[in-house]
Amino acid sequence: MSGSDVALPKIQPLSEEPKSAGRSWRPSADFLFHKAAVFAAILVAGALFATVVAIAADSRTAIHAFGIWGFLKSSDWNPVTQTFGAFPFIISTLISSAIAMILGVPVSFGVAVFIAEIAPAWIKKPVANAIELLAAIPSIIYGLWGLVVFAPAFATIEPWINDHLGAIPGIGLLFQGPPMGIGMLTAGIVLAIMILPYMSSIMRDVFLVVPSSLRESAYAMGATTWEVAWNIILPYTRTAVVGGIFLGLGRALGETMAVTFVIGNSNTLSASLLMPGATIPSVLANEFTEATTKLYISSLIYLGLILIAVTLTVRFCAVLLIRRLGSKEGAAA
Amino acid sequence: MIVSVYVRRRCVDVASKILMGLATLVGVFFLFWILWTTLRFGIAGMHWDLFIKDTPPPGTDQFGLRNAFVGSLILLGVSLAIGVPVGLMGGTWLAEYGFKSRTANAVRFINDIMLSAPSIEIGLFVYAIMVAPMGHFSALSGSVALAVLMVPIIVRTTDEMLSLVGSDMREAAVALGAPAWVVITKVTWRAARAGIVTGILIGLARITGETAPLLFTALNNQFFSRDVFHAMANVPVVIYQFALSPYTNWQQMAWAAAFITIIFVLALSLIARWFLGRVQVPK
Repeated sequence: MSGSDVALPKIQPLSEEPKSAGRSWRPSADFLFHKAAVFAAILVAGALFATVVAIAADSRTAIHAFGIWGFLKSSDWNPVTQTFGAFPFIISTLISSAIAMILGVPVSFGVAVFIAEIAPAWIKKPVANAIELLAAIPSIIYGLWGLVVFAPAFATIEPWINDHLGAIPGIGLLFQGPPMGIGMLTAGIVLAIMILPYMSSIMRDVFLVVPSSLRESAYAMGATTWEVAWNIILPYTRTAVVGGIFLGLGRALGETMAVTFVIGNSNTLSASLLMPGATIPSVLANEFTEATTKLYISSLIYLGLILIAVTLTVRFCAVLLIRRLGSKEGAAA
Repeated sequence: MIVSVYVRRRCVDVASKILMGLATLVGVFFLFWILWTTLRFGIAGMHWDLFIKDTPPPGTDQFGLRNAFVGSLILLGVSLAIGVPVGLMGGTWLAEYGFKSRTANAVRFINDIMLSAPSIEIGLFVYAIMVAPMGHFSALSGSVALAVLMVPIIVRTTDEMLSLVGSDMREAAVALGAPAWVVITKVTWRAARAGIVTGILIGLARITGETAPLLFTALNNQFFSRDVFHAMANVPVVIYQFALSPYTNWQQMAWAAAFITIIFVLALSLIARWFLGRVQVPK
């Protein structure tokens, strides 16, 4: 124990020069840098919790007014009478995302296998770059293109859908409606194009993780390319592929601008996929700036809270599943 | 019997290859369709007045987007000023102080979740913490929302790129007596410079066309404004409002703005790719 070292700083403040004493207490640059880094990391991690807490806090008014179950199952959305219910928006969000997944998942898988396994070297890079450019296009441009170009083009084939798919008993009900071009199906198709690059780039990345010894042994046994992709690569990367699909689902559920342009924005639910609807993000984008009363704004934020509860769960699973493969890779190395 | 199995496997293989090639073709087809549309309508909507006049009132046949362009640049500038320090320091903490500790991995996990956050949720978040308490829309809140979207990208690339820097360089600097912060700023940051810049550029490209969060924060302003504490015009919201308007000149302006946005974003992506090519991966 060196008592003099401890005692010295205590004496200094009593001396004639308080400035020099102050200097000895100044934290070092190293300390400040470390604390700044810690602070930034806390901000990064805290943003997620802050998002949930802030949105939950702002939806209190609506939660008090309508409760949880009452809000979820009510289809009454009427700003005039100040009654709000989330049911049609929840269903539309789920249906448009489901269409996007049904169309997008097989195509993304095909693109990923094509780039990773089938394509000759000279075509690999340009195609991979082109698919990644699709992800760089801002969603508002997807919306603009969907509304002005894709919807009118789609309207010309809708009569065909009406006549053929609409005639099938049972599911025919889904494909009957006026050929307007906009509606749930259009929104689902545009969403599928949007999430395609995200899912396929994750699948392609994880396909490359598969040890080449596995792949080569299968080829040496006489397996075809398809058999290697389906029986060797897919089982090995299954968790991460599902994670990539969940990531795409998270994007589809929360996508706002592209959907708002093409879904038609109708607050009533209809059985047909060709009819307009409104998802949670689209109703938020449409009505938020028009909302005047506190209850109206709070109900919209409450919709946002429901959305965040769903997408957060989906994204949590996605990241968890994708990371699982990462640890497997680490264990193999 | 054996021949038929062989033929079946062969057919499945060829069919799957064709289907996968078609899937890729579909993706590339939509890319070119969207780019071509934007190019065609965008060039048709080009006008010199777009850059020197402000957005015209409804019902006139004038052109002008100056306030929106300036507003977007201010928004992006302020979000860079907020997002880059936070993202850079956050990534630095992960790579240099946190390493593979439990806390660091938890932060990485949360950051990965934030990476895929729907932008509308971030818009609502910033509305709740800034716009509602302040009582009015403001460009500053828009920049905060965009920064929140950009930070996870910067954190992740910074973390990854700093982890690529070999420990020999750090050890050499430490052996010379450099304190940790000097080692980080003068050695590791410099070694990972190209990668960190790539992350910032990708982040910038991601937020450039973001519209949804701005609807809840910066909103729009018909007039020229440099006041970050009030609503400010910006390109994405102008595209949204003009595209859905009944006026032909407004729709043309929306396309012109979309064209310029897409050129800006693609240029950023290309520059980012070029920087990424310069990243030296240690053997």
